[in-house]
Amino acid sequence: MRLETFQMITRVIAFDAQAKTLSAAADVPAESPVFEGHFPGFPLLPGVLMIEAMAQTSGWLILGMNGITAMPFLVGANNAKMRDFVPPSTPLEVHATLIGDGSGYAVTKAHITRDGKKIAEAEIRFAVKAFPDPKFAQMIREWGGRLQFPFDQLETA
Amino acid sequence: MSSTFDAVSKIISETCDIPLEKITPESHAIDDLGIDSLDFLDIAFAIDKAFGIKLPLEKWTQEVNEGKAKTEDYFVLGALCGKIDELVAAKSA
Repeated sequence: MRLETFQMITRVIAFDAQAKTLSAAADVPAESPVFEGHFPGFPLLPGVLMIEAMAQTSGWLILGMNGITAMPFLVGANNAKMRDFVPPSTPLEVHATLIGDGSGYAVTKAHITRDGKKIAEAEIRFAVKAFPDPKFAQMIREWGGRLQFPFDQLETA
Repeated sequence: MSSTFDAVSKIISETCDIPLEKITPESHAIDDLGIDSLDFLDIAFAIDKAFGIKLPLEKWTQEVNEGKAKTEDYFVLGALCGKIDELVAAKSA
């Protein structure tokens, strides 16, 4: 994670196009300017960034399912629950399952685990739109490369 | 009143918190009910699930934007329910 640049995913762990699932590692950094304010003397990962981590994991799942042909944009989160505190230096896993997709939208269920225990969850909704610029799509592919996204599985998805 | 309209009006009422009695077959989803594009994605998700279809929202929007269709053709509820019935019939054909 790089909280100050909203890069919530450290790497993609697994993508399964048949099961419509994707898992990602999201390692909370030891230090970040975010912790200076949230909270002084009691640093915690903000709950809204847990939602962002679930949204980004879901986003990579949707990109994988559509072959990186259209970009998912977060438009809603339902039933979001943050069940525990997350301090700095915490390794997290984020899991997303596609539960619905149609013309211009996608819906996932996502959750975050620490040591196998669920600490956050949400149903997340996306508007899925064509990339406004080929450079944007290329940037996303390069980002996926840094996250070790399994592009070899994309070809068979 | 058709069962399709009953189901769609219930979805709209629950998704957008609009009283059921305000929703009629003549209601325009955008102009009369004030449903915006994001709420309509939620409605489409619920309709797709309820009827086992995929509303071609992107195609409809493109046709409206290109002047090939009017919003009333798709977003007045009576017309929308007609389109849903067509999609359901095409699926089972």
